[in-house]
Amino acid sequence: MKHVSRTSFFLILAAILLLAGCSTATPAPASAPAPETPAASEAKPSTDSQNKEIVLATTTSTQDSGLLDAILPAFESKTGIKVKVVAVGTGQAIKLGEDGNADVLLVHSRPAEDQFVEQGFGVDAYDVMYNQFYIVGPESDPAGVKNAKTAEEALQKIAEKQATFISRGDDSGTDKKEKSIWKNAGITPSGSWYLSSGQGMGDTLQMADEKNAYTLTDEATFLSRKLGLAVLMQGDKALLNPYGIIKVKSTGKPELADELISFFVGEEGQKMIGEFGKDKYGKGLFVPDAKKR
Amino acid sequence: MGLPTEVLEVIWLSLQVTTTAVFIGALIGIPAGALLGLYSFPGRRLAVTIVYTLMGLPPVLIGVIVYLLLSKYGPLGSLELLFTPEAMVIAQVVLVSPILAGLTLSAVQAKERTYSETAKSLGATPSQLVWTIVKESRKGIWAGVAAAYGRAISEVGAVMLVGGNIEHHTRVMTTAIILETRMGHYETGLYLGLVLLLISFVFNSFLMMGVLEQINAKRRKM
Repeated sequence: MKHVSRTSFFLILAAILLLAGCSTATPAPASAPAPETPAASEAKPSTDSQNKEIVLATTTSTQDSGLLDAILPAFESKTGIKVKVVAVGTGQAIKLGEDGNADVLLVHSRPAEDQFVEQGFGVDAYDVMYNQFYIVGPESDPAGVKNAKTAEEALQKIAEKQATFISRGDDSGTDKKEKSIWKNAGITPSGSWYLSSGQGMGDTLQMADEKNAYTLTDEATFLSRKLGLAVLMQGDKALLNPYGIIKVKSTGKPELADELISFFVGEEGQKMIGEFGKDKYGKGLFVPDAKKR
Repeated sequence: MGLPTEVLEVIWLSLQVTTTAVFIGALIGIPAGALLGLYSFPGRRLAVTIVYTLMGLPPVLIGVIVYLLLSKYGPLGSLELLFTPEAMVIAQVVLVSPILAGLTLSAVQAKERTYSETAKSLGATPSQLVWTIVKESRKGIWAGVAAAYGRAISEVGAVMLVGGNIEHHTRVMTTAIILETRMGHYETGLYLGLVLLLISFVFNSFLMMGVLEQINAKRRKM
């Protein structure tokens, strides 16, 4: 009995190792250009597929919303370039670019983006798309945000009532947007009603839901989560959220970076961005507006 | 972040949460480990296997379970404990109790054979016998406490989930390191990591001192 179980243990172990070996071996052929698209043969047939990898540092919102999963496969099968997505806060994404650990940035914090380009870390910056921010909160709306005319007024009402507000507090694009609205409203939020979660948008929304609190969220992440929060403020100009795509100057793969950027700002990519989410939410989550800066 | 007072606040909360959790975990784990190591009862082997399995429980899994229990929509939601230091203590207690039980178990088993015969022949009652063995195993038990403390204070997944990393409220060293790194402040993250290591070092030094003293005391007696 003991012998039998020992042999079967080794058999299982061997099977696992075999499987592991197989799975590490598969990516190479999988990343080769898919033959069914005619563009694949036109693109760059002679380049070896081994080295065709590129790192895209982006914000959590583009990944959490599912946008990248929806459009990157089309790019990968068309060009044979594998895009490795690092989804972090805008602050870290930009740092990754500065350190040369990413080839392309797709982020949303205009002042930080401009600074990145001005300091010589980035070139070829484009507007790609925009989406909206919402101020969301409990259905009961204790601070009366629904009646506010602008985003600033909404935050003023929240501060007056000292209703719980959860800030990302992580220096991300959304966090910077929130801070700028508070600043324009002439309020320095502090006190036990103003919490700083230091986490991503999805986690922060979850926390707002648990604590019956208000928060500022991007539309895409909000719509992709099913929560008990209501949209209380939208449509104000201050709540628009533009995304930019920037090539990292120190990239070792400028041609691949160019291909990725022209996909995002090109006709096909823009169309896919506009379509994304329509089937699921009845409206697109991102509005394409490609433009060279 | 970056201001000394804020760093101190984060360090202090880490110490408070972990010390409380290890203390409660010890109250649960050490008696449980002694029980499993010194008494035989039906299902004991299974219980031992379960304890050893739980020692390797991924902290994130503990976090998810505690989160779901404490969530507004969960069975214990009415307690409103989610995103509080208490929630982090609960998660860490679940994390350290099996470690303390498992290491106590092996410590007392190692001493059992040596001491049980002697103590019995000297006319010890069963409870005196257990107490003697546990006392003689304290070196191993202390090592268990050190291991549990190190595991709990350096854990990030569970405390992030159930604590929420709220500034001035539930932000501890490990979650602060994650946040600083996400914001691109690698230096601050590294700095906090070094503080964490230092605390671990000081804590283990105290433990080692205690253990060494015991050894020396015993040698002198001999």
